[in-house]
Amino acid sequence: MENDKSNEELRVGVFVCHCGTNIGGFVDVPSVAEYAKTLPGVVFAMDNLYTCAEDGLAAIKNAIKEHKLNRVVVASCTPRTHAPLFQATVEEAGLNKYLFTFVNIREHCSWVHMKEKEKATEKARDLVRMGVARVKLLSPQEEPRIPVEKSALVIGGGVAGMTAAHSLAKMGFPVHLVEKEKELGGFVRNLNNLYVTTKDATETIMPLIEKVKSHPNIKVYLNSKVSNVHGFIGNFDVKIKPNDKDEEVEHKVGSIIVATGAIEYTKEALYGYNVYKNVVTLTEFEIMCKNKTLPKVKNVAFIQCAGSRGQDVSYCSRICCNVAIKNAINIVDNYDNLLGIAEQTGKAVEEVPVEPKAPTEVLERRRRRSSRGRGREDEEVAEEVKRGPGERIEVTIFNRDIMSYGIAHELYFNKAREKRVRFVRYKPDRRPEVIMDGDKLMIKYFHETLAVEREMPVDLVILSTPLIAQPDAEDISRLLKVPCGQDGFFLEAHVKLRPVDFATDGVFVCGTARGPADITESIEQAEAAASRAATPLAAGYVQAEAIMAHVDQEICSGCGTCIDVCPYGAITKNEEGLAEVVAAACKGCGCCGASCPENAISMTNYTDEQLMAEALAALKEAI
Amino acid sequence: MAEDFEPKIVGFLCNWCSYAGADLCGVSRYQYPTNIRVVRVMCSTRISPHMVLRILREGADGVILGGCHIGDCHYISGNYYTERRFEMMEKMIELAGLEPERIRLEWVSASEGERFSKVVSDFVSQIKKLGPSPVRNKPEVAKKLEGAENASKSFRMKALVSKEYNLLTKENVYEEMLDPERLRNLIEQAANDEYERSLILTLTQDKSLSVKDLSKIIDVPTDRVLEHIVALRQKNLIAMEHPDGFTPTYHAIIIGGE
Ligand SMILES: Cc1cc2nc3c(=O)[nH]c(=O)nc-3n(C[C@H](O)[C@H](O)[C@H](O)COP(=O)(O)OP(=O)(O)OC[C@H]3O[C@@H](n4cnc5c(N)ncnc54)[C@H](O)[C@@H]3O)c2cc1C
Ligand code: SF4
Ligand code: SF4
Ligand code: FES
Repeated sequence: MENDKSNEELRVGVFVCHCGTNIGGFVDVPSVAEYAKTLPGVVFAMDNLYTCAEDGLAAIKNAIKEHKLNRVVVASCTPRTHAPLFQATVEEAGLNKYLFTFVNIREHCSWVHMKEKEKATEKARDLVRMGVARVKLLSPQEEPRIPVEKSALVIGGGVAGMTAAHSLAKMGFPVHLVEKEKELGGFVRNLNNLYVTTKDATETIMPLIEKVKSHPNIKVYLNSKVSNVHGFIGNFDVKIKPNDKDEEVEHKVGSIIVATGAIEYTKEALYGYNVYKNVVTLTEFEIMCKNKTLPKVKNVAFIQCAGSRGQDVSYCSRICCNVAIKNAINIVDNYDNLLGIAEQTGKAVEEVPVEPKAPTEVLERRRRRSSRGRGREDEEVAEEVKRGPGERIEVTIFNRDIMSYGIAHELYFNKAREKRVRFVRYKPDRRPEVIMDGDKLMIKYFHETLAVEREMPVDLVILSTPLIAQPDAEDISRLLKVPCGQDGFFLEAHVKLRPVDFATDGVFVCGTARGPADITESIEQAEAAASRAATPLAAGYVQAEAIMAHVDQEICSGCGTCIDVCPYGAITKNEEGLAEVVAAACKGCGCCGASCPENAISMTNYTDEQLMAEALAALKEAI
Repeated sequence: MAEDFEPKIVGFLCNWCSYAGADLCGVSRYQYPTNIRVVRVMCSTRISPHMVLRILREGADGVILGGCHIGDCHYISGNYYTERRFEMMEKMIELAGLEPERIRLEWVSASEGERFSKVVSDFVSQIKKLGPSPVRNKPEVAKKLEGAENASKSFRMKALVSKEYNLLTKENVYEEMLDPERLRNLIEQAANDEYERSLILTLTQDKSLSVKDLSKIIDVPTDRVLEHIVALRQKNLIAMEHPDGFTPTYHAIIIGGE
């Protein structure tokens, strides 16, 4: 099939697009199409108002049939968005999709040369000539089909990892779940309760832990890490190693899900952290709640965005507003209970989810809040405030702005306000300060609304520090050949369109390993990752793009340079010691091709010959 | 320098960052001069030095390569190799007597649309300052570039440049890292040797030349030319003749087929 181009007459068709006036307004499109007709090998050329519209696509298909075209060039917008559409079109007309070339005369021409129609037109002609030079050298390609191993590896046994594993197991695929700690559960094990419910956090996820442990399709490896990964989508060889033993177990899996979570950021002396007693992080506070080791307090302050949003890390950690509100409500409602004093009643921690209020009530509350007569009166309205045996605890949340996104959370925020939690705003250039006045812990702050400096005594300061990437994320990144972004979290293939995929096929990511998220979101992502991971397993094969390296074994001397440089380990040595490309693993980057000292490697669909013909056509009229 | 000189510039842009950056540049309507003609490649790492040298030999006034910022390459490490190869290209171009400023490597991310227009505008004005490529009216420059092109394809150069990154970043079998300075020197030396040898072969393809002739044309002392000739004879790449009975001359052995 590859060789039938040699004796077959080349019949190139060129379709030049006006894109309405997007191209047509700045390039003389009909003249470009006329010019294309003069190029050797071109038997048909036309201009269309919108090549990607129904009639434009029909015109391509008709011309292929009518003029027996065996090569197609479309000169229009960018291949990055439109190549699949035109490739599908030529395929529908019976032409191999690799016999198509895209020429970009919009983003790279008409839109960037809007004031020089003549020169832009000349450039468009050159670009079309380059495309024609390229298309004539293309040959049809078959996309290889590669069988897959129908099982998966999940790294990380937190909520996300467990959810993904269970989801895959339910679909009937064997799953290996690897957790580095001695128990499943992840970060949630540190937490007291989960917002919008008041039940013990670990108890909340216990059913999930039980389901995972007992599912026949799931094999859990506790106290273990993944020590080695080789291979590619559908065919990964993975090694799992217990932390305390040297013997590794080996498995073959088809997909891999990364769900290694995140940790909480801390920094010495951040708002007096680790300098003053009773300055703790959110997580430490929740652990104290769980262990009933809280101090007796009267004034509690939260400081939001501690270390985040430009202070130390650039991003917003997203969950901390809701977590702070959750804990503020806990303090106001149940502090005695948290202390362990009122434990005997047991009643105080009943599950009381936020009830969505009727709109009229919400309106009423808003009206009340905006009216001048606040203060004492309001206090009477907040009938839910439970007073402890002693005084009422004052809770203040210092914040830049509260991001209680979502439906339930805004109500949760309102509930906190009803309970008279104070929200005090600060600006990043005037952050509150935690100081020691004698033996008294104080917060010095600038009251934005009143525009005055103030001080207040506090007994406990809780810092809402951000979630940050796992310290060993880099190891996993290297092991799986997947990238981490600037902030150290794993980087998905496309922030909008492929949120749980990695660019590396067959590897997926979910939960806080990807960036701050709460449990609901982590579970959503985990379900998404599981279904993405199941796609190749269910299909039983994967189809690779036919852009890949090919080693000419007549020329290869077996020097191994290509094996060294390939970022995907896609080249191996065969029995004769010569290089061989594993089609499914090769991504077609071309690094090996440019490296091979014997020039033995060519890239399908991007051969030296094709690239040079295209580039040199830019310089010369004659091809 | 001609006033109305419009340089011909070829650009290679990687699909994932710099090509996408050029797309965004268009979408945002940032204007730049029309001189550049872009060839899309999957990754900047695809571009072999000999391709760039060939394009210059064929008369391009400048060549620009675009890739993702270091660390952002879609194929993880591709652009590290691009960087290494680019250094080699600059070296080779300089040896061939062309201004190394005629080629440029730029990292442009998918979000740097405006920057792409600035990069192109800047490169175009740089090339305008340099003037038209001397290749167009000086055939000897083209010959030298051909020598450089062949040198860049040689086993030694390709192996060294490809291994440089790994040699510098990964420990070798003796668990030591190579001293970057020493490796640089090694590559530099190899580049000189390979260039001079390739040039000798290129020059002796059409007619036989003596050591003296060669020394004059490539501007290298006679003893060094002789050294190269010895090396080339060992590899059976060059043959000796005695046309006038006294001074030996040499001509390249052309292996048919390739
Ligand atoms: C203070 C605080 C309070 C919170 N409160 C709430 C709340 O009220 N409601 C809510 O919805 N969310 C809350 N969250 C968020 C919640 O904790 C996360 O959304 C959730 O834990 C994310 O789950 P995960 O599985 O992605 O990650 P994790 O829970 O972090 O689990 C990751 C797992 O992977 C394991 N692991 C890591 N590296 C490796 C490796 N190399 N090999 C093997 N295993 C590895 C870890 O040991 C861990 O078990 C809170 C977070 C914080 C910090
Ligand atoms: S780099 Fe080239 S010669 Fe060396 S092993 Fe790979 S294909 Fe063979
Ligand atoms: S093209 Fe890239 S991914 Fe494919 S074998 Fe070569 S170096 Fe590896
Ligand atoms: S993909 Fe852009 S440099 Fe590699």
